[in-house]
Amino acid sequence: MDLSLTPDQLALADLFGKIFRTESTPARIRAAEPLGWDSRLWDTAVSAGAPTMGVAESVGGGGASTSDLAVVAVEHGRHLASVPLAEVLAATHLLAGLPAGHDLIPDIALGTVLPTVCLRPVTGTLAPLVPAGAVADVVVCFDGSQLMALRRAGARPHQPSPATFGSVPVADLDLRQGWSERRVLAQGAAGAAAFDEAVLLWQLLTAASLVGLQQQSLKMGVDYVKVREAFGVKLGWFQSVQHRLADVSTAGEGAELLMYKAAWAWDTAHDERAGLTTMAFLFAAEAAYETCRASLQLHGGYGFTLEYDIQLYYRRAKAWPLLLGPTRETYRSLARTRYAVAPDSGPDTVVA
Amino acid sequence: MDFTEPDRLAGHRAAASTWAERHLRHEWAQREQETGSHHCPELHAILAREGILGAGWPAEYGGSEVDPNMAAAIFQEIADFGMRMDGWFTTWLVCQTLLRAGTHEQKLRFVRGALRGEIVIVIGYTEPGCGSDLAAARMKAERSDDRWTLNGSKMFTSTAHLGTHVFLLTRTSAEGPKHRGLTMFLCPLTAPGVSIEPIHTMGGQRTNATYYADVRVPDSLRVGDVGGGWDVMRVALAYERGIDLEGSGPTLVDRLAEWTRTAKSADGAALFDDPSVQETLARAALEEEVGRVLMARVRYVSDAGGLAAVERAMAKLYTTEAEQRRSSALVELIGPAAMLKAPAGPLDGAVEALFRLSPVGTIYGGASEIMRDIIAERRLGLPRSRPAG
Repeated sequence: MDLSLTPDQLALADLFGKIFRTESTPARIRAAEPLGWDSRLWDTAVSAGAPTMGVAESVGGGGASTSDLAVVAVEHGRHLASVPLAEVLAATHLLAGLPAGHDLIPDIALGTVLPTVCLRPVTGTLAPLVPAGAVADVVVCFDGSQLMALRRAGARPHQPSPATFGSVPVADLDLRQGWSERRVLAQGAAGAAAFDEAVLLWQLLTAASLVGLQQQSLKMGVDYVKVREAFGVKLGWFQSVQHRLADVSTAGEGAELLMYKAAWAWDTAHDERAGLTTMAFLFAAEAAYETCRASLQLHGGYGFTLEYDIQLYYRRAKAWPLLLGPTRETYRSLARTRYAVAPDSGPDTVVA
Repeated sequence: MDFTEPDRLAGHRAAASTWAERHLRHEWAQREQETGSHHCPELHAILAREGILGAGWPAEYGGSEVDPNMAAAIFQEIADFGMRMDGWFTTWLVCQTLLRAGTHEQKLRFVRGALRGEIVIVIGYTEPGCGSDLAAARMKAERSDDRWTLNGSKMFTSTAHLGTHVFLLTRTSAEGPKHRGLTMFLCPLTAPGVSIEPIHTMGGQRTNATYYADVRVPDSLRVGDVGGGWDVMRVALAYERGIDLEGSGPTLVDRLAEWTRTAKSADGAALFDDPSVQETLARAALEEEVGRVLMARVRYVSDAGGLAAVERAMAKLYTTEAEQRRSSALVELIGPAAMLKAPAGPLDGAVEALFRLSPVGTIYGGASEIMRDIIAERRLGLPRSRPAG
């Protein structure tokens, strides 16, 4: 057992921490709203090799482990970077794993193609609220039998994004028109397996981003109660304040450990990979939201104003995990995975 | 990170299982269930005779050649058999404390005696008037020449009715800060003036209140310096939660999930087919996993030589609070049959028993409120909120 990051991972965290700290300042985050897209920051992330870092070196990628990707995603979340990291890394992983997707990898590495994946199977012609759907050049979607990649040309954003409380660049995609190329990546069981794996990797990396988000929102709350006074003492003196922060910091550390355990399960092809990943996703989402809620509360009325940064965290903590679907469905699928029951075909399918 | 934990006991499980089959008797487990006394003198004598208690201890104090991992594998078998070993656990932690804070004579007498099974030491810290705030102990110890007279009472002195000695936290001075006026003693439970009253708990365990009226003990039974009781306590408390071995086998949640595959709901379908049942099971399994990684980190930090005070506080806080949430959720999942005690209740009444047992987890060994204080102060750097004393 070794629960520390490797020197290489610490260097990676340092590198991306610096990039996001410098280029995802509160001012830049606000400037990227309401779309939640900062193209200059994306260019910097591309220069640092982010999109293809997890792709095998033989396919032209950086050969990073899943744990390495998680380390980067933690920094992404800590600074609320307005770029769709989990979507790009999950879609790229899928494309790199299928021969029909290989030729897209060089363009993804160059930044000319930004790929995303529809997280829920699509049966109709409309894919609703696709993560990064407004800015993606390539969209991977699965209709239950075929795994497709749709490509479009032109400048980002490709289409308007509906206003959301999380400032996430989602879009309803019309799968019939506006695409310059459509290709079948895989069919049947092979397509389903590749799709499931991409969704699972998205869960893991979103968990990692939420871990970073949780850590920063905790720090903001703790820092605030150390300076703000009420009734002649610092807020942090009150036990009611201390205990609430102790609970959310415990949850946050549990979420971080669980997320890295899931990443370790990916890197070692552990047979509990799927269950651990979904657990990490669910728990990181809860810990991040509860921490933001506590931290905002302890900021008092200021926490509710747009001037303060905690609201930026509070809104994204709920929005990011929501992209997958309602929590109840994820819990049910976790139970079915863990206790090896055939998946329920009903509610997980989106009909347009 | 690497979450692989080598199974230290793997090479001993088969032998331990054979040992258990040969020695463990169902009437002992049954008696433990019925009486709530978590100490079996017959089993204790066998463990002592075979050197299993002495595994890993220094030879000069009676340690044996038995491999400590073999002993741990046997203890695991005993736990899986449904027996607790509270008498050995408290004896073990006091002996560990004596190795660090006792005199040479005390080590020879008490550690040797304990490993031979002749001495069983119980804990006497908590009083009717103080629990989490241990340094507020009021039990009096007054010196006259080389003898001390003890007066007062202790709560939750579990196993005292089957033990030989009690490890007592006493007040020897009312002057100065409260934690500087404390002194520790090993008091024979057979001494004139000691009386033991049973206390029965909702979880089924029998514990005791013990009373001390002009009990005389020689100075040779004092552990540590006069007024140095808190220093001894700090050592003893570090051993309080003992060895953090990971449990083996399916968890209660996994066993209950299996049960829901065949148990029927009112409409005749398998309980598991109910989506809300799936959600409850998934949530409970998730919380078990969070507890597991927090506990793994305690072992990781301790194995590297760290104190793991904050990590342990987080693990203790989370796992015990989660166990209470779980016990309630699983009772609701089962429905009215969850009330049924063994043998009628599902899973031999395991959920019924958990519901009665789980409230104590967040209280003993440092209440949740104390754990949160530790986390707030030492992890988050917030000021101490308890009054100093």
